[in-house]
Amino acid sequence: MELVCPAGSLPAFKAAVEAGADAIYIGFKDNTNARHFAGLNFDDRKARQALDLARQKGVKLFVAINTYAQQREWHRWQSAVDQAVAIGADALIAADMSVMEYAHTNHPELALHLSVQGSATNIGALEFYVRQFNIKRAVLPRVLSLKQVKQVASSNVVDVEVFGFGSLCIMAEGRCYLSSYITGESPNTQGVCSPARFVEWRETGQHLESRLNNVVIDRYRADEKAGYPTLCKGRFDVDGHRYHALEEPTSLNTLEILPELQAAGVKAVKIEGRQRSPAYVSQVVSVWRQALDELRQSPERYTTHHQWMQALQSLSEGSQTTLGAYSRPWQ
Amino acid sequence: MKITLGPLPYFWEKKIVMDFYQSAADSDVDIIYLGETVCSKRRQLNLDDWLGLAHNLKEAGKQVVLSTLALIEAESELNALYRLCETAAKHGCLVEANDMAAVNILSKLQHPYVAGPALNIYNAHSLELLANTGCIRWVPPLELSKDAIRDIMQAATSPVETELFAYGHMTLAYSARCYTARAHNLPKDQCQFICLQHPAGMKATSQDGQELFTLNGIQTQSGKCLNLLNQWQEIRATGIQLIRLAPESRTVLELVTNLKSAKESDLSTVTPYLAHHCNGYWNRLAGMELHT
Repeated sequence: MELVCPAGSLPAFKAAVEAGADAIYIGFKDNTNARHFAGLNFDDRKARQALDLARQKGVKLFVAINTYAQQREWHRWQSAVDQAVAIGADALIAADMSVMEYAHTNHPELALHLSVQGSATNIGALEFYVRQFNIKRAVLPRVLSLKQVKQVASSNVVDVEVFGFGSLCIMAEGRCYLSSYITGESPNTQGVCSPARFVEWRETGQHLESRLNNVVIDRYRADEKAGYPTLCKGRFDVDGHRYHALEEPTSLNTLEILPELQAAGVKAVKIEGRQRSPAYVSQVVSVWRQALDELRQSPERYTTHHQWMQALQSLSEGSQTTLGAYSRPWQ
Repeated sequence: MKITLGPLPYFWEKKIVMDFYQSAADSDVDIIYLGETVCSKRRQLNLDDWLGLAHNLKEAGKQVVLSTLALIEAESELNALYRLCETAAKHGCLVEANDMAAVNILSKLQHPYVAGPALNIYNAHSLELLANTGCIRWVPPLELSKDAIRDIMQAATSPVETELFAYGHMTLAYSARCYTARAHNLPKDQCQFICLQHPAGMKATSQDGQELFTLNGIQTQSGKCLNLLNQWQEIRATGIQLIRLAPESRTVLELVTNLKSAKESDLSTVTPYLAHHCNGYWNRLAGMELHT
């Protein structure tokens, strides 16, 4: 299985290369990609430097142009595709049909990967994208159980990539408007979720309160660890109970099911986190490199190491990890 | 501008569903979308029941569209989708595609379809592409503003009708997890069809009492109710041909009557704005905002 790693900056890119990434995905400095955060991502010069580095080390470079282009700004997505081709990217990760069509028509030699933001959760949807745009790979949304991933991967409609580690989207990606409902900006339109400029922290005397566009997402007692106010990880009141109504702050970690993913025919695992630091990328990628190497050497003897799990847990949201939707009881 | 009733968002007892559509048959609605779009376990009505209802509503002079499930994960759900599309094609019934799997099947069957709001059409290129696969009507994604929708309509060259979701709780997200079962501490696989106890979903409020979301099985809906009905003249001026209300309760049928008479007498107010109404997306604001 190919290890696909995130880089939001050149230092993070270097860290991923050195830690053993097989492929690294990046985005340009605008809302054409789903991690459109201040100070993050690559201009043309940095992207070319990244590619040089990738070529030296035999690592692939993918460019994510995976938000949805609105009519007036469509040319920006078009330019981004041309730019990805110009720098020599190995694949384009796209979600918008119009972007895929443009790439498929004008750059048929460029490999197309359907982004997780494309929200294709079944072989019927995947077949559509293969028929229309000849996609070579699809990244599956984090809503499928392990059994369902196996069914999709074994159908051989298209090569499958799944998420291995990182922040956990619990909604079908590409079809979530929670963020724009509260702030006006969503992953699809602006490449952001619960954007930082709407975040506010208030000391109320009894609590530390996190707000997003003036909406209370959570309140923390002094002995509780406060987390970033991502909408789906807030504590809300339902039927007289106050709890994490949607999901707790936690990260996805699939190390323990790697042999099953490999046996199912999954071709690549993706690490989330282009917004993360080079140090984070380095630590996470190193663990995953070791795990995948051990899996390749002897799949039957593969087992997770305590230090791997501990390292990943310490880098996780809320210091806890989950198998998410892969595990049926989670659903 | 035609008035449509979207698919039923909540899980109701069969008798209540049948009674509701009996009333809808007698209402001023022009087009009715039928079928289960939220959860494949909601089976108070099976495909034959829906087809029977479709037949009755057609007899009453309504156009009927069969809507498909929005989040398709299991093989059994995909098989059910094939069955629905093939049956609809056989009966000459229009289908609302709410997942690209439905688009795939319907385009292969060469059967015309409506692109539902869960398909990601953010520009005219995407709309044209779907028009080439048989799309004859589209419902814009809920987060698009009036300007964005107008831009797409003006740039599109295919004769695709535009239908605007204008009243009801908006579906903001779909998940593998069932939040209604979670609220009752039940695993999804043994959910006991607990949604039946919540015919209008469950409210999730912030810790200071603001209604944020409505939990509806695997859907997270808006806490507030979209109300664009009082902007029907502006909607019509945009060139939008159909206006959709969600059948959340019988009250919606009264709103249909109000809308119809407002149109006839060219009055702007269909229903007064209430504190739990919102219309932000249309006005290029956060979805939860109310711009009056």
